[in-house]
Amino acid sequence: MGKYLKFLAVGMFFGIVLVKSEAVSWYRIFEMFKFQSFHMYGIIGTAVVTGIILLLISKKIKITNTEGSTLRVPLKDRGFTRYIIGGTIFGLGWALCGACPGPMYILVGTGAFSILIVIAAALLGTYVYGLIKDKLPH
Amino acid sequence: MEYILQPWPWFITGPLLALVMFLLLYFGRTFGMSSNLRTLCAIGGAGKRVEFFKFDWKSQRWNLVVVLGAILGGFIAHYFLSNPINIDLSEATVKDLNAYGFNNVGESLLPPELFSWDAVFSLKGILILVVGGFLVGFGTRYAGGCTSGHAITGLSSLQLPSLIAVIGFFLGGLIMIHLIYPILF
Repeated sequence: MGKYLKFLAVGMFFGIVLVKSEAVSWYRIFEMFKFQSFHMYGIIGTAVVTGIILLLISKKIKITNTEGSTLRVPLKDRGFTRYIIGGTIFGLGWALCGACPGPMYILVGTGAFSILIVIAAALLGTYVYGLIKDKLPH
Repeated sequence: MEYILQPWPWFITGPLLALVMFLLLYFGRTFGMSSNLRTLCAIGGAGKRVEFFKFDWKSQRWNLVVVLGAILGGFIAHYFLSNPINIDLSEATVKDLNAYGFNNVGESLLPPELFSWDAVFSLKGILILVVGGFLVGFGTRYAGGCTSGHAITGLSSLQLPSLIAVIGFFLGGLIMIHLIYPILF
């Protein structure tokens, strides 16, 4: 149980940050795709820039993780088709229901229970992908 | 405390999200929220029929704990750390949504026109949520990650596949908002 506590804490922090920044709001996603506010671009942009800096520093001073090995990011497989097609399908859904997976869970906590329908549909989508995966171009 | 109760600006939020990513790497894991959808399918027994779900889901329990924390965090932030104020959306957004028939724009996190039970129990309403959710679940596994895995972790580690995926995210989002929404609303 104790070893899971730190993950619970990180999750709580993540949930609080995304609610307080309004990034879980359907309206903010709509506004972003309309290019009518800098808010979401600012969030993603500063997250990526800070992330790049944190990873460069940890590489430079050779930080080891709590498991005792070198801190490293798992590499995505090379490719193009799956990323562009899968990404576009994801984007269509993201804009339609205004929530990506992280915010879906967080919204449950804010009492927006109709989001559970979106989560159930996302589980179905994941299942169908697993079912027809080998027939798709990757 | 007053600063916490107000909405947080983007230049605070972005670095804090990078910190979430970094902490998970520091704990020997990785930031990826959509992986939990696959794990939940596996827990539900999908591995009996489909190879893709035949994996040791118990090794992913830590990530489900992150989800549990995120739900708790959402609860705490929404009920205890927020002043009840409207979302400060741009005027253009409010105007566009009014034209689509959305009222009281920004008074809640989600528009009642799509997420209230009245909306959910209409044919159009349920279709929007189900199709949207399905595309997210399908697309994220096809692309091998979502906003957390590709846009934040992948771009932070300068990975080309993640850049392609994020371009796809925006391609899809722009098609939906600029070409399909005008037909839907």
